[in-house]
Amino acid sequence: MADLLNVQGLETQFRTREGIVHAVNGVSFSLKEGETLGIVGESGCGKSVTVMSMLRLIPMPPGKVTAGTAMYQGKDLLKMSNEEMRQVRGAQIAMIFQDPMTSFNPVLTIGRQVAEPLETHMGMSRKQAYARVAEMLSLVGIPNAKERLNDYPHQFSGGMRQRVMIAMALTCNPQILIADEPTTALDVTIQAQIVDLVKRLRDELGMAIIWITHDLGIVAGLAERVNVMYAGYVIETAQVKPLYANPQHPYTIGLLGSLPRVDQRERRRLISIEGLPPVLYQKPTLCPFAPRCVYKVERCMQENPPLMQVGPDHFAACWVDTATGRMRA
Amino acid sequence: MTKEVLLKVEGLVKHFPIVKGSLVRRQVGAVKAVDGLTFNVYRGETLGLVGESGCGKSTTGRAILQLHRPTAGVVEFEGKDLVRMKGEELRHMRRRMQMIFQDPYASLNPRMTVGEIIGEPLIVHGIMTKKEAENRVEELLALVGLNPAYANRYPHEFSGGQRQRVGVARALALQPALIVCDEPISALDVSIQAQVVNLLEDLQGQFGLTYLFIAHDLSMVRHISNRIAVMYLGVMVELADRDELYTNALHPYTQALLSAVPIPDPVAEEKRRRQILQGEIPSPINPPSGCRFRTRCPLAADICAQERPAWREVGTEHFVACHMVKA
Repeated sequence: MADLLNVQGLETQFRTREGIVHAVNGVSFSLKEGETLGIVGESGCGKSVTVMSMLRLIPMPPGKVTAGTAMYQGKDLLKMSNEEMRQVRGAQIAMIFQDPMTSFNPVLTIGRQVAEPLETHMGMSRKQAYARVAEMLSLVGIPNAKERLNDYPHQFSGGMRQRVMIAMALTCNPQILIADEPTTALDVTIQAQIVDLVKRLRDELGMAIIWITHDLGIVAGLAERVNVMYAGYVIETAQVKPLYANPQHPYTIGLLGSLPRVDQRERRRLISIEGLPPVLYQKPTLCPFAPRCVYKVERCMQENPPLMQVGPDHFAACWVDTATGRMRA
Repeated sequence: MTKEVLLKVEGLVKHFPIVKGSLVRRQVGAVKAVDGLTFNVYRGETLGLVGESGCGKSTTGRAILQLHRPTAGVVEFEGKDLVRMKGEELRHMRRRMQMIFQDPYASLNPRMTVGEIIGEPLIVHGIMTKKEAENRVEELLALVGLNPAYANRYPHEFSGGQRQRVGVARALALQPALIVCDEPISALDVSIQAQVVNLLEDLQGQFGLTYLFIAHDLSMVRHISNRIAVMYLGVMVELADRDELYTNALHPYTQALLSAVPIPDPVAEEKRRRQILQGEIPSPINPPSGCRFRTRCPLAADICAQERPAWREVGTEHFVACHMVKA
């Protein structure tokens, strides 16, 4: 299937008092129609900044997208005029955020806020929009949707607010839904409700999804393809099954090893990754994971490895073949 | 193996009053945060306490340590009832039980060096002089995997994982028997969580510590605990050995909770049948009558609204509170 979205060589920097932070350092990936892509990584790895740069939601200054393209329907999102970008954002590419409390305006009713994209993008009247909103709210499982249109965000619980946010994102039938840690603030049974809801809506509406998370568990049950990020790079990418069954990058191996499993009987010692992720005041010249890596060789300290093919549709940025200990290139 | 009971909790209740009025203050209700818990903690074990936010697990930990004085109930620690203790006597007992907090940013005083933070309990309890404490602090720092030379640094100079190690060192300073770990890893990144969990396990092996490990991450709790207790809206619904709980969960809430936990394995995820709970947790100010879980329970019957299910032992060391579970 054709690529819906194609990002090449995306780089984003932030100017801070301590120096320039290189948050994203040349990220490339593509998203097919109806595909669910998981972007996984720890705090500060650049996973949110990647999609925020793509949607031009990075505050500039201090942020700056310094290189790259993001092609969507034959046009580069990064070169569009603000007006064109507004047509895309919310209508064709919609986003939901981690914190359902701070993402809403507390002094506007839910009805007003969810109706807004319909009024701006679809040119609906207030009345039409409200009818559609009520429909959307019941679609995402909010009881008595019609009566709740005049309620304010604080009158909803965390799980319900997240449902409202999903409804708002989906009002204009977007082709791409970007979800930035949407379940991190929620309890596990509510998280299961939301994930279940998104899966159901995906099957019904057929949109593509980019799901950003630090939780390798959620991605396993949801995504078809996974990008693992570290220090502003995609360090491994593959279809979900080969990635979990046969991780190639030492960081991915470490992450999976550090997770206990709820279905696991035997008690093993967790593999911990020693040290800390780097703060990137310079664009790395060596492999950014090398200081924490147990497989490292001399070359890792000299040259940053590019993504190399390690299997069918499976790429990893590591000089060492971790299974055999041999060099890849 | 005979197990020695280190901590015995019976009918523990903690209600927080809701007060209205500024001149004439009157109590109009209560948040029933913890409403009748009975369980034991054995010496040398890790008891995991799990549940979702607002279920009362942290309040339980604090009520045990008498940081919140319980409304009712008995907390017997090494044979003595802490609830009836006061002043100097209680302070003396505090040496034996310590706490590690969730937020490594908020639980360390930013104006004290980590050396002062770790050494303070030793000085406060009159065990050592300031001078003697310095050596002990260095020992403790080394023990938790930090460079002893860092004693003069301030908390902001450390990362989250390192700060949590400082919290662990402080808890260990008085050589306690019991440590209540209140979500000690939930604020940390995945790769750092494993470091702290491994440290806690090593220290337990070395000093025979007993942990009450409070968390909402069921995978981590299964990993670290010997036995696990599940809480819902202020009450305990099930308590069992870790493997027993995960293979033979009896309470419908435990079953739903376990099935909601994602497994980092796409093949296992595909085969799973997920049981999705409807609705949300009711308010602890006005909890449902009878069984508190009945409003979300797939098995709820008439009796569940009328009678509070008894906390009973249905197998060896397997406790459950549910009308629908046959004895």
